[in-house]
Amino acid sequence: MAPKKKTNTEDYLRMYRQMVRIRAFEDNANQLYLSAKMPGLTHMYSGQEAVAVGICEALEDSDKITSTHRGHGHCVAKGAEFRQMFCELLGKAEGYCRGKGGSMHIADQSHGNLGANAIVGGSMGIATGAALSAKRLGTKDVAVCFFGDGATAQGLWYEVMNMAALWKLPVIYACENNGYSEYTKTDEIAAGSLTARAEAFGIEAHSVDGQDVLAVNELAQKLVARARKGEGPFFIELQTYRYHGHHVGDINRDYYRSRDEEAEWKTARDPITNFGKWLEAEGIMTADELVAINDEIKADAKAAVEYALDAAYPPSGEVDMHVFAGVDHALSYV
Amino acid sequence: MSREITLSKAVNEAIAEEMRRDPTIFLIGEDVAEAGTPFKVLSGLVEEFGPERIIDTPISEPGFMGLAVGAAMTGSRPIVDLMFGDFLFLVMDQLCNQAAKTHYMSGGKLNVPLVLRTNLGATRRSAAQHSQSLHALVAHIPGLKVALPSSAYEAKGLLKTAIRDDNPVVIFEDKLMYNDKAPVPEEEYLIPFGKAAVRREGRDITLVATSSMVQVALATADLLDRDGISAEVIDPRTIVPLDEETIIASVRKTSRAIVIDEGHQNFGITGEIASRISEKAFYHLDAPVMRMGAMHVPVPFSPALEDLTVPTPEAVAENARLSVRGELFHAA
Ligand SMILES: Cc1ncc(C[n+]2csc(CCOP(=O)(O)OP(=O)(O)O)c2C)c(N)n1
Ligand SMILES: [Mg+2]
Repeated sequence: MAPKKKTNTEDYLRMYRQMVRIRAFEDNANQLYLSAKMPGLTHMYSGQEAVAVGICEALEDSDKITSTHRGHGHCVAKGAEFRQMFCELLGKAEGYCRGKGGSMHIADQSHGNLGANAIVGGSMGIATGAALSAKRLGTKDVAVCFFGDGATAQGLWYEVMNMAALWKLPVIYACENNGYSEYTKTDEIAAGSLTARAEAFGIEAHSVDGQDVLAVNELAQKLVARARKGEGPFFIELQTYRYHGHHVGDINRDYYRSRDEEAEWKTARDPITNFGKWLEAEGIMTADELVAINDEIKADAKAAVEYALDAAYPPSGEVDMHVFAGVDHALSYV
Repeated sequence: MSREITLSKAVNEAIAEEMRRDPTIFLIGEDVAEAGTPFKVLSGLVEEFGPERIIDTPISEPGFMGLAVGAAMTGSRPIVDLMFGDFLFLVMDQLCNQAAKTHYMSGGKLNVPLVLRTNLGATRRSAAQHSQSLHALVAHIPGLKVALPSSAYEAKGLLKTAIRDDNPVVIFEDKLMYNDKAPVPEEEYLIPFGKAAVRREGRDITLVATSSMVQVALATADLLDRDGISAEVIDPRTIVPLDEETIIASVRKTSRAIVIDEGHQNFGITGEIASRISEKAFYHLDAPVMRMGAMHVPVPFSPALEDLTVPTPEAVAENARLSVRGELFHAA
């Protein structure tokens, strides 16, 4: 961890808490799956917390993000609450999307999260469009487009980067390179360098250690401020790692990824452990205080899970609601 | 008040009027600004609204479609110009997986108020990739509204309604009709979605016809007149939502129906409307409901072949006569 001045204790604590909240959320989501209490599958964000938190902590509430199938981390980092998130994962009426979206479509427009997306690369246009909108309407909002290394293989990215660069849109493309897309190593699917691809459009590109929340945040602060002034777009490649399988059901994964490799990232490069150590070393927090934060958040998450498990499913009459804005029930309309 | 303008001018007026009214509207697409599109539909708009609101894009259909979706989710009301309906295949993910589903997937929290303007229609000698009528593709997807104007009057009124709608709307203009004139009032009007127009009243048979096929149906009705057959012509104007009520009421009266549409007949709009008629007016029917769509072949280039693929007044009239005479048999 790069040495940093103690400039803002509150910010550091918030970043620490947010990373712990993401980890706690995911641990519980994983348990819900393993205990067969969650419908469907979900993709764990654990290991990548410093990316979502480092970037979202550099954003204002009204700034926009678009997220991915591995999106719980972005959602928490942009300000979402555990209860509505767990409710959504369990398909309950009190979920952020009234149970209609689930893990892969969770959206929280109240904090500028335009939604996770189950189409790899599917939100690249949306984020760029949000930036176009912000520029045209003069809102000063910045849009951050989160996507994985695998999504860089989608043609859409090149189309929208071209337009973003031509029109100087306030969008930041944040590629979370976790080394894998599903069960395939990035090296096998990506020719050349990712940063060079963005640079080919004249877009300023950066590469950063995605396990170092301070490094991510420092870079994000600068780029967000510059994007807000009209100096965008930007590209950031964040080197990171996913701790779980591609999804919660991807348990036997020796055939594509070694246990040694996983252990190495988890022990030496864990973003939460390392940031905790730094907070201690800097005298910002004591070990006991960190434990207390972790315990408190774990209890919060547990209570939210209990709440969501007991919460009601949406009534059947909601099935054809929200198909069209302004139309109560689509079936009597079409 | 009464004046005649082309469909092209009607579209242009609708956009200009709405853009004057609402600064959140912008238009985006290829060669839409100075060029005013290859069909010259948008000429003059960039001069009035500037390049910030009439935005020329690179040739990146999925890209600018995606931008429009994101802009629509964040306070803008984009109008997307897709140069040819055939290019819908390029934008399907952004249109059908993103725009169409966002409101639903977000439990009603996010809206996508955008209009995708594109076109349909064969017999322009443009061959298989510039001649398709693909409205059935999008009508199949929940969350998209689909409008099919059949004249300059409808083009203006439906487009203005589309622009004010809080949902993604796909509007198909018949590219062969851009220069066709029709009476269009000077004063403002909107045409509500889901309200069919009875274009001609009749007693003996109902011709339900969309877009380009409305002209065909009206010509058919003239032909049938000479045989003493009185045809009612219904133009649904929007297929999502579909004004079932008007169609069913007409068929109950006439007891016969032919559905005519320029999309491919198989698995298409004609089949959908025909089956709704069969389900809801079965006991009023005196003959099987017929479908007449485009032939199930890619649109050929040669005029000698292309003209065979689209329903003509003569062909519709022939089927109508068989229907009225009770001579329409299923080929078993
Ligand atoms: C267009 C599309 N193709 C394929 C898939 C199936 N799929 C889901 S996630 C995924 C891998 C994505 O990899 P990456 O972008 O690196 O994100 P990560 O899972 O590593 O976070 C694939 C292939 C999909 N959802 N969408
Ligand atoms: Mg990946």
